[in-house]
Order: sequence, then structure tokens, then C-alpha cells
Amino acid sequence: MAVLAYTENWNGEFKKLSLELVSYAYAIAEKIGTQVVCLTVGNVTDEKLLELSKFGASKVIVANGEGLQSFTNQSYTKLIAEVATGQNAQVVVFANNASGESLAPRVSVRLRAGLAPNVVEVPSSVEPFVVRKKAFSGKAFVDFKINSAIKVLTLTQNAFKIIENPKDCSIEKHNFDASPADLAVAPKQLIKSDGKMSISDAEILISAGRGLKGPENWGMVEEMAQILGAGTCCSRPVADLGWRPHHEHVGQTGKVVAPNLYIAIGISGAIQHLAGVNGSKVLVAINKDTEAPFFESADYGIVGDAFDIVPRLNAAFKKFKITQ
Amino acid sequence: MFNVIFLTYNYMKILICIGHVPDTTSKIKFIENDTVFNKTDIQYIVGPHEEFALTRLLDLRDAGNNLKITTVTVGNRESENTIRKALAMGADDAIRVDAEPTDAFFVANQIAEVFKKGDFDLILTGKESIDYNGGQVAGMVAELLDLPSINSASFFNLQGDKMLIERESDLGKEVIEGVKPMVISSGKGFAIEPRIPNMRGIMMARKKDLQVVQPSNNEVYTDAQKYYLPQPKGKCKLIPTENAEDLVRLLHEEAKII
Ligand SMILES: Cc1cc2nc3c(=O)[nH]c(=O)nc-3n(C[C@H](O)[C@H](O)[C@H](O)COP(=O)(O)OP(=O)(O)OC[C@H]3O[C@@H](n4cnc5c(N)ncnc54)[C@H](O)[C@@H]3O)c2cc1C
Ligand SMILES: Nc1ncnc2c1ncn2[C@@H]1O[C@H](COP(=O)(O)O)[C@@H](O)[C@H]1O
Repeated sequence: MAVLAYTENWNGEFKKLSLELVSYAYAIAEKIGTQVVCLTVGNVTDEKLLELSKFGASKVIVANGEGLQSFTNQSYTKLIAEVATGQNAQVVVFANNASGESLAPRVSVRLRAGLAPNVVEVPSSVEPFVVRKKAFSGKAFVDFKINSAIKVLTLTQNAFKIIENPKDCSIEKHNFDASPADLAVAPKQLIKSDGKMSISDAEILISAGRGLKGPENWGMVEEMAQILGAGTCCSRPVADLGWRPHHEHVGQTGKVVAPNLYIAIGISGAIQHLAGVNGSKVLVAINKDTEAPFFESADYGIVGDAFDIVPRLNAAFKKFKITQ
Repeated sequence: MFNVIFLTYNYMKILICIGHVPDTTSKIKFIENDTVFNKTDIQYIVGPHEEFALTRLLDLRDAGNNLKITTVTVGNRESENTIRKALAMGADDAIRVDAEPTDAFFVANQIAEVFKKGDFDLILTGKESIDYNGGQVAGMVAELLDLPSINSASFFNLQGDKMLIERESDLGKEVIEGVKPMVISSGKGFAIEPRIPNMRGIMMARKKDLQVVQPSNNEVYTDAQKYYLPQPKGKCKLIPTENAEDLVRLLHEEAKII
């Protein structure tokens, strides 16, 4: 028996979300009285692999083989299902990022397992298996019961804290050759992103809306992000108008984010926008309109003109950072 | 065989999965001890992600591609208004599987059955439905049918016989050449403005074929037990404009977040 965590690596490195996932898997494993096995693909040093043991992994399986260099849903699904069966996994967990989102539904069908996507907590009970997940794109939560023998979950990013639970850990190599048929839609080309922080990874997000009037005014937003080590994002019209790239759009029909701090500048706070951000721990709204709906959902509000407030805040944040 | 391909150059039969979901402005409420979604006063719409997918297909058809677009919806009778909306936008015909869409695996099974009977080249879905699920149907359908799948595609184009797809991953933008048949779910960027049906479209939609079929496989693995609304925020602490800088102190000392 085991809880299997699919811990992705990026050029041999694990990210925060992988560590969150191992911590989460460990919390489930403790509840059902079993251990955590992690699976990752590609070239990762033993030292990096053992990093996962700090957070509760008792075994790390690293898979390599023909065809695994390019990611396809079909080949990775077969690999993960094969390992899940080999380890007799009762629960398989994924991070809810681009690959987890793509693989979890396929793996669940392959294992004839019920799937709970976007879970936010450790299962409240394991017999029966009940776990809380997001519903109505962030406007609600639901306790979801899974009736199948095996369960597949995807963990909402930033929903579970990284917890250290050092374990003795073994490393196992696993060979897997993808069949050519499973590589039919392998990417032909990868256009690397600009290296800016992905908004799902960011712990602080600086977001701005149509209140900023035009793309030329984003300098001060980028500056705030830079001072705070934050990511930048925006409301939907801003992306639709082409002021900012589409991947920055957050909300019900964009990305759903849950950073520790979300600062909204010149965003009205429409219900579709809030649905995507109200999981954030602290919300700050800066808006010149006292009646802006965002103030009803924010923890802190500043009523004022962004073009006055933001530069002043930047100066203050800078001063604060220097004294830290 | 080759003759047929030549004659039907660029002809594609597409099955697009249309969900019937609460309007995005809906205030979400529950009844019966928070076990059932309260549908009173809720307007239903075509799922926004698949609305973009359909829009893109219609744009490609307008650009001269020969596409036959069939919609499939797993839903009860009420969903027919939503299906007619998709037909009014420009889909050719529709299939409704007459069942309450309780569980993603159940829905995926129904869609897979419809696919098997129809000789389709492509299944399109939205990235996720905005009510119960969370991006499950596309992958499940693909695995049930053992087809390749791409999730949250940000771009879709047809060039001659080629299907070009892009997807944003954590490392960048993947450029992919599609194969037939396959499953694609549409994400951000697929289309910009959803197509609005015009008068003629609405008139024509009434005459289009909407076939109702019975569900075939009732396997269900999950069960939504009880809903919760997010904890309401405490009152917003308003910082006077002249003291805006005080935010920094509050975030540090009170919220302990920086
Ligand atoms: C189906 C559907 C899905 C949608 N999904 C999303 C989604 O996922 N995400 C999303 O964001 N939206 C979404 N929307 C759009 C949403 O309804 C709102 O229209 C949008 O969020 C408004 O963006 P905004 O706040 O930037 O712009 P506006 O509503 O134009 O608000 C601008 C705000 O800036 C303030 N302002 C103006 N000037 C200044 C200044 N100098 N200083 C400070 N403040 C100033 C104004 O008071 C105002 O509150 C969706 C809509 C639909 C119909
Ligand atoms: N009941 C349904 N009928 C038809 N298509 C659906 C249904 N539910 C979901 N879909 C499709 O599957 C996509 C993903 O939905 P979900 O997995 O529920 O998040 C949606 O965007 C729709 O395209």
C-alpha cells in the first residue's frame, strides 16, 4: 500500500508545489497508516531526489526511457498508472498545475478510480473517503466522497503548507519506453517563456485592471512586483484589450490563484474576478471609487488615485525592504 | 481511400461538448441542508470555455474550412435552451444525452459513447465547467477512447489537412501538430470574443436537428455530499489616502504577510 505523489521536476529541480504535494501526501499516508512514494521523470540528481524525503517520502522512483523526454498525456498516463499499480497505491496525488490537470483525469480512468480535482484539505475521513474540494470555480467548496478502491486527487496550489517530516528514503530507477502511438501529439517545439515568475507559483501577486488606462502605465505595477518579489497579473478586459499577455488573466474564466497577498489596483471587483482570487490569504484593493465592490471582499482598502498611491507605496515598500 | 481524402480535403467532423452551467454572475446558494445547488433565479448559459471553442470553430469555418460541427450535451430537458443557443451561434446539429450530469466520469462515458457512433475527427471541450467539476471530462473521454489529448490549448488552427495547436506549459509554449481523431480542451486564448447569435441564426436554430439519446453506462465513482460557501471576510480596513504608506506597516505587523 502507498500514497503515490507525482512530483514533477523542472530541469532537475523541484518547486514549491512539489514539496506541498509531498507534505500533503504524507498527511494522507499518516491517516491511512501507509507511506509516501514519489514518482518523477528524467534526470535528477540523488541529492535532489532525497530532498523529497524531508517532507515525508519513503521512496522516490525516477523514471527514464525512450520517449519520456517529450511530454504526452498518453505516455505519462501509462507510466503513472503502471507505477501506481506496481506500488499498490491506494491514493494518487497530483499538483493542480498544467501537467497534473492533464494527467489526473486520464490516470483516474485507467485505474478505474474516482477523481477529486482541486482539493484544498486533507481528507476528513478515509473510510469512507471524503475530501473537500473547490466547486463553482472558487465560489464554493464541497465535501466530495469517492467510492472507488483507488482515489486520485489534484491539490490546489498554495492550499497546503509545506511540513517537514524527514524519512529514511530509498531511490528506485524505473525504465519505461513509450510506444510511438502514445507520442503522436508530442510537442514539435517549445517556445521558452520569458523566465518571469509563473502566477500560480507566486506567493505575492500584484494585479491591475482597466483603471490603469493603458499598457504604458504598467511600469509602476512591475516595479511593485519587483520590490516585493511578486508576480504580476490582471483582470480579463486588460488581457482582452491586449494590454497584458493572456496568461496573466485571473478570474473565473482565467487562472484561479490563491497567493498569500493579492494587491488589486484599479480593478472594480466583479464577481467573476473575485471568484478567481478570493482564495488569497490577504486581499488589498486600491481604487478611486469608494463604492467599488472590491472593498467588500478586501482585507485592506485604499481609496485613491492609483497614479498617486502606487508610486508612494513603491517608495514605502522599498524603504521597508531595506530595513529588513 | 486516397480519392475520398482528396475529395473531402479538409472536411472535418467535430464533436463539441457543450455544458449547461449557471451564468458567471450567479450568486451561488444551496438548499436542503447545503446538499443541493439552488437553481431558483439562476440563468443558465453555454459554458464560457466551450463557447470560445465553438467560436473558434465558426471562425475557421468562415475562413473557408469545411467543418461539420455537432454539439453534445449531457443534461436534462432544461439544457435544451442552452443547446439551442449553441445551434444559433452556428453549430450544425446537436445530441442531448438525457441524464442529470452528476459526475464527470459518468458524463465522459456518455460522450465517449456518442463519439463511437459518429465517426468524428475531433472532440473539443472547454478547459473546465464552471459549476461542479474541474477540468476532468476531456482527459477522461480521451482515456476511455484511448485517444491523444491536449489540455487547455491556447491556440487552434487548421492549415490544409494540418491541425496546429499550442499549449502553455510551465516551461513555455508548446507547439503541437494534431492527429485525427483526438481530444482537445480549449483554454485561455482560443478565441477572444464569444460569438453572439444573430436573428437569422436564432431562427435557423429552431429547425436544426436536436437528437435525444438515452444514457448507456451508469457507473459513478464520486458523490458531492455537502457544499460550503467561503468564510465571509471581516470588514475591510480602509486606510485614508493620506496615510496610504501605512499599508506597509499593516501588512508586516498585523497581517504578518511581508
Ligand atoms: C462570462 C464572463 C466571464 C468573465 N470572467 C472574468 C474573469 O475571469 N476575470 C475578470 O477579471 N473578469 C471577468 N469578467 C469580466 C468582469 O465582469 C468585469 O468586467 C471585469 O473584471 C472588470 O475589469 P476591471 O475591474 O479591470 O475594469 P472596470 O470594471 O472597468 O473597473 C476599473 C476600476 O478601476 C477604477 N479606477 C479607474 N481609474 C482609477 C485610478 N486612476 N485609480 C484607481 N482606480 C481607478 C474604477 O473605479 C473601477 O473600479 C467576465 C465576464 C463575463 C461576462
Ligand atoms: N454535462 C456536460 N455535457 C456536455 N459537455 C460537458 C458536460 N460537462 C462538462 N462538459 C464539457 O467538459 C468540459 C470540462 O468540464 P469539467 O470536466 O466538468 O470541468 C466543459 O468545458 C465542457 O466542454
